[in-house]
Amino acid sequence: MSLSSQDFIRRLPDSTQHFARGEGFWRKIHIDPLMLLFLLSVTAYGLIVLYSASGESEWMLKRQLVFFTLAYGAMFAVAQIELSLLRRWAPWFYAIGLVMLGLVYVVGVGAKGAQRWISLGFFRFQPSEILKIAVPMLVAAYLGTRMLPPSLKHTVVCLIIIAVPTVLILKQPDLGTSLLIAISGLIVLFLAGLRWRYIVGSVMAVLLSLWPMWTFVMKDYQKQRVLTLLDPEADKLGAGWNIIQSKTAIGSGGVNGKGWLTGTQSQLDFLPESHTDFIIAVLAEEFGLIGVLCLIGLYFLIISRGVYISWTAQTTFSRLLAGSITLTFFVYVFVNIGMVSGLLPVVGVPLPLVSLGGTSIVTLMTGFGIIMAVATEKKKVTLGGS
Amino acid sequence: MKAPSMMSNWRLLLVAALLGLLPLALAWHLAHLQVVPGQEKGFHFLQSEGEARTLRNQKINAYRGVITDRNGELLAVSTPVKSLIANPIELNPEQYDELAKALKMSTRALEQRVLNYANKQFMYLVRHLPPHEADAILDQDFDGVYAEEEFRRFYPAGEVAAHIVGFTNVDDKGQEGIELSFDSWLAGEQGSKKVVKDLKGNVVKELGVLKSPKAGKDLQLTIDLRLQYLAYRELKSAIAKQGAKSGSLVIMDPKTGELLAAVNQPSYNPNDRSKVEAYQLRNRAFTDLFEPGSTMKPFTVMAALETGRFTPSYTIDTSPGHVFVAGKMIPDPVNYGVMDLPKIIKKSSQVGITKLALQMEPNTIREMMFRVGLGQSTGSGFPGESVGVLPNRTKWHPIELANLAFGYGLSVNAVQLAQAYCVLANNGQFHSVSLIMQDEVSPSHQIVNTKFAKEVKSMLRGVVEPGGTATGANIPAYAVAGKTGTAHKVGEVGYIDDKYVALFAGFAPAEDPKIVAVVFINEPASENAYSGGKAAAPVFASTVEQALRILRVPPQQQRMHANNGMQLSSVGRTH
Repeated sequence: MSLSSQDFIRRLPDSTQHFARGEGFWRKIHIDPLMLLFLLSVTAYGLIVLYSASGESEWMLKRQLVFFTLAYGAMFAVAQIELSLLRRWAPWFYAIGLVMLGLVYVVGVGAKGAQRWISLGFFRFQPSEILKIAVPMLVAAYLGTRMLPPSLKHTVVCLIIIAVPTVLILKQPDLGTSLLIAISGLIVLFLAGLRWRYIVGSVMAVLLSLWPMWTFVMKDYQKQRVLTLLDPEADKLGAGWNIIQSKTAIGSGGVNGKGWLTGTQSQLDFLPESHTDFIIAVLAEEFGLIGVLCLIGLYFLIISRGVYISWTAQTTFSRLLAGSITLTFFVYVFVNIGMVSGLLPVVGVPLPLVSLGGTSIVTLMTGFGIIMAVATEKKKVTLGGS
Repeated sequence: MKAPSMMSNWRLLLVAALLGLLPLALAWHLAHLQVVPGQEKGFHFLQSEGEARTLRNQKINAYRGVITDRNGELLAVSTPVKSLIANPIELNPEQYDELAKALKMSTRALEQRVLNYANKQFMYLVRHLPPHEADAILDQDFDGVYAEEEFRRFYPAGEVAAHIVGFTNVDDKGQEGIELSFDSWLAGEQGSKKVVKDLKGNVVKELGVLKSPKAGKDLQLTIDLRLQYLAYRELKSAIAKQGAKSGSLVIMDPKTGELLAAVNQPSYNPNDRSKVEAYQLRNRAFTDLFEPGSTMKPFTVMAALETGRFTPSYTIDTSPGHVFVAGKMIPDPVNYGVMDLPKIIKKSSQVGITKLALQMEPNTIREMMFRVGLGQSTGSGFPGESVGVLPNRTKWHPIELANLAFGYGLSVNAVQLAQAYCVLANNGQFHSVSLIMQDEVSPSHQIVNTKFAKEVKSMLRGVVEPGGTATGANIPAYAVAGKTGTAHKVGEVGYIDDKYVALFAGFAPAEDPKIVAVVFINEPASENAYSGGKAAAPVFASTVEQALRILRVPPQQQRMHANNGMQLSSVGRTH
C-alpha cells in the first residue's frame, strides 16, 4: 500500500482547516462533529419510530430521552479522557466486570429464565454491559504494546481474556451478548493482524465442534431458535410467531410504507417485542423499504466514519479499540436487522440507538465517546501543521 | 511502530468488502420481502397475511321497523342494545370472580357456562344490556370479552296489545302475532362492514361498510290504541269481577272493516316473558272458537226476510212456550204467545225462531251465514287464526236446521262475529276484516238488500229496550243495537249444563253505527248472571259509551234533552 488514506489527507495543504480535523472548537471539546451529526440523526429517527412502536407511549419516549441524555453525557465525558489513561485502566475495568459477573450468580435478578441483572435498589444493570467495552479495551491494551502481528503466545492470552467473560455470560444464559463480546474481542485480534493459519484453523475447529455444541451445550430454546430460523412456518403460533409476524410486518410495508402510526401489525399488538428487538419491523411497515434504506444508510455513515477514525488513529491501542467498537456496532446492526427479517436466528440483539433500551444505550454511547477521543487525539502526535 | 503495515492490504479489503456487501445483502433481502412481486411468500403474500390477521367482516344488524297504531302511537319499537360475547379460549380463569360479579352471576354459574362452550370460539355471556351497562363491563378489560351491537324490541303498550302485536325472540325474529306474520317486512336485511381488529379482538378501526344494512319497514295497524286500552281495561275488570275463565272484546269500524281493538284475557307482558305460559299467548279473539248461540238469530231472520215470503210484521204463535222438533223439546223460558219477528228477536225466542226456520228452504240460513263471512278466514292474515266450522249439508235434518237457526252446530271466533255484525250495521255492505292500515279502504260488496238489513238493524234496537234481553247494554247518550247470546259449553259428552259462554254483539249509534263491538265471556262463575244479557251486555255498554266519546261521536239530540230529566231511560224509550 503505497499511499494510505491518512497520508493522502496529511498532504492536503489545508488539512488543518479540514472540517472534521481542524483545530478549534470541536477539537477542544473532543468531539467529532460529523460522527455526532450522524449519531444524532439516527437517535432522532429512532425516537420517531419508538413513539409509534410503543403505541404512542409518551412515558416510553420520555424514558428513552432520559437515557439518551445520560448516554450523550457519558459519551462527552469519556471523550475527554486521555486514551493512555484508558489503556492503563483497562485491566481494572475488566477485573471489576468479572467480579460483578460473578456477583450475578450470587445476588442476581432473573428475567425470562435468565439471570443477568444486578439490582442496586434504585436501578438494575447488567454487568455484561461493562464487559462489552472492557474486553476489547483490554485486548487492545494488551496487543498495543506488543509486536504485531501477535505471536501464538499473545494470541492465546488474548483468547483467554475473551473466553472467561464469554463463558460466564453464556452460562447466565445469554447467548447473544456472549457472542457479541467474543466477537468484539476477536475483531481486535483480527485487526491486529492475526495470522491466516490461525483464522482458518479456528474456523475449522468451530465447524467441527458444531455437532457436540448442538448435542451437549446448547439449550433447548437456543436450538429452537435455530430450527425456527430454518423453517419459521413449522410452528406458527409458538417459536415461529415472532419471525412470521416481523416478516409479515416488513412485507406489508412495501416501498413507501403505510405511514407513521398506521402500521396494523405493529400498532395492533400482532408484532411481539415491537419496541425493543423487533422495532425495525415497525419502521419497515410504516416507512417502507425507503425508510429502512435511509436507516441503513445512516448506520453506514456512522460505520464509515468510525472506520475512517480508527484508520487514522495515532496509536495501535486506539486504532484497535476504535476499530473494534465500530465493527461491533456494525455487527449489532447487521445481526438485528438480519434476525428480524429472517436471515439470522433470533438472538436477542437490540437495534442500536433505536430500540428501547436503558443502560445498553449508555454503554453504546460510551463506546462512541472512546471513538470521539480517538478522533481528537491527533494533537498528541505532532504532525506538520498543528 | 509500523501502524499502516499492521493491516495488510487483503485484510483491509476484506473488512471493506464485508462492510459494503453485508448491508447490500440486507437491503437485497428486505427489498425481496417488500417490493419484489409475484414470488412465493413475497410481499403480496405477506400483505395478505397481514390483512388476514387484522381485517374482519362484521355483521351489522338491521333496524327492525316499528309497529304503530292508526294514529302513529308506538306499539313495538327497537332500541339499540349491546350483547356481551366471549371467546371461551381467550377467557382468563383468574378473572372469573371479577367477571361473574360484573355479570351479576355466581362464579360457578359462569364457569359452568364457559365449560359448555369449552371447544367453541364464540359464546354469548349476556344478551341485550343497555349500552352504558355493557360499556361499564367492557371498560374493565376482561380477556376475551367483546360486545356486539343488537336491537332489542320494546313494546310500549305491554300486555294491552300483546296478542295483536306479538313479539320477537332474542335474535329479533318474529315469534307471534304481527311480528311473526309480517316478519320479513319488518326485519330488513343484515349488512356487513370491514373492520380492523387488534390481537385481543377489539375493533380499532372501521374501514367501511361492505353492504349497508337495509332497515326494516314500518307497519301501521288499524288498531286505535286508545280504544285498545279502554277495551282491555273494561274486559279485564269484567273477567275479574265475574270470575270468568277467559274473554275477548273486539271493536271494528263497520264502514271500513278495520279492526280498532282486539283484546283478550288472560294476557301477558311481552317485555318480560320469563314466566309466560302457552295459554296466555293465545290471541283468543282470533283463535278460540265458540258456538255463537242466539247472536245468530238476526241472520236467520234476515235470511227469512230475503226469501220475500216474510215481512217484519209476520207473526208466529209460540204457545205453549215450547215446540217439539223430531221428538226433541225446544223450550222458551215462558210462553210468549203470538209474536212478530222484532219481538222474537227482542225476547230471543227459541220457539219462534225454530218455527220460522222450519218454514224456510233448508239451505237459505246456512247460505246467509256463509255470506256474512262465517266458516271462512277473515283474511286478516293473523297467524293461528281459526276459521271455525259452518256445516254444509245436502240434506238438513229439521233438528239440525233448528239448531243452526239459533246458533248451535257451528263455531265462530269473536272477530268473525264482529265482521258479520258489521254487515248489519253497514246496511248489508260486507267488508272483510283488515288489520293493516292501507291507503284505500278494502272494497265492499252489497251482500244483502239494504232494506232487509235495515229492518233487522231496527229489530236489534228492541233488544236493549225495556222488555228486551239486554237492557244492560243501554247507554244514556247514544242509541244502541245488538243481540245477546248465551250458549252451553261443549264438554266431552255433549253440552254441559252449568257452563256457558256469554256473548253480546252490537253497534252504536244505532242510526249510523260508528263501531261494532263483540264481547265474549267464557264461563262466568256466577250462577245468576251467566247470560249474555247479564254478563256481556254491561261490558259492551261501558266500553262502547267511552269509545264513542273517545271517537268524538256527537251524542244524539233527543237524548241530550232527555238528560235534563232524571227519568231519562223511561222517557226516551216508551212506545
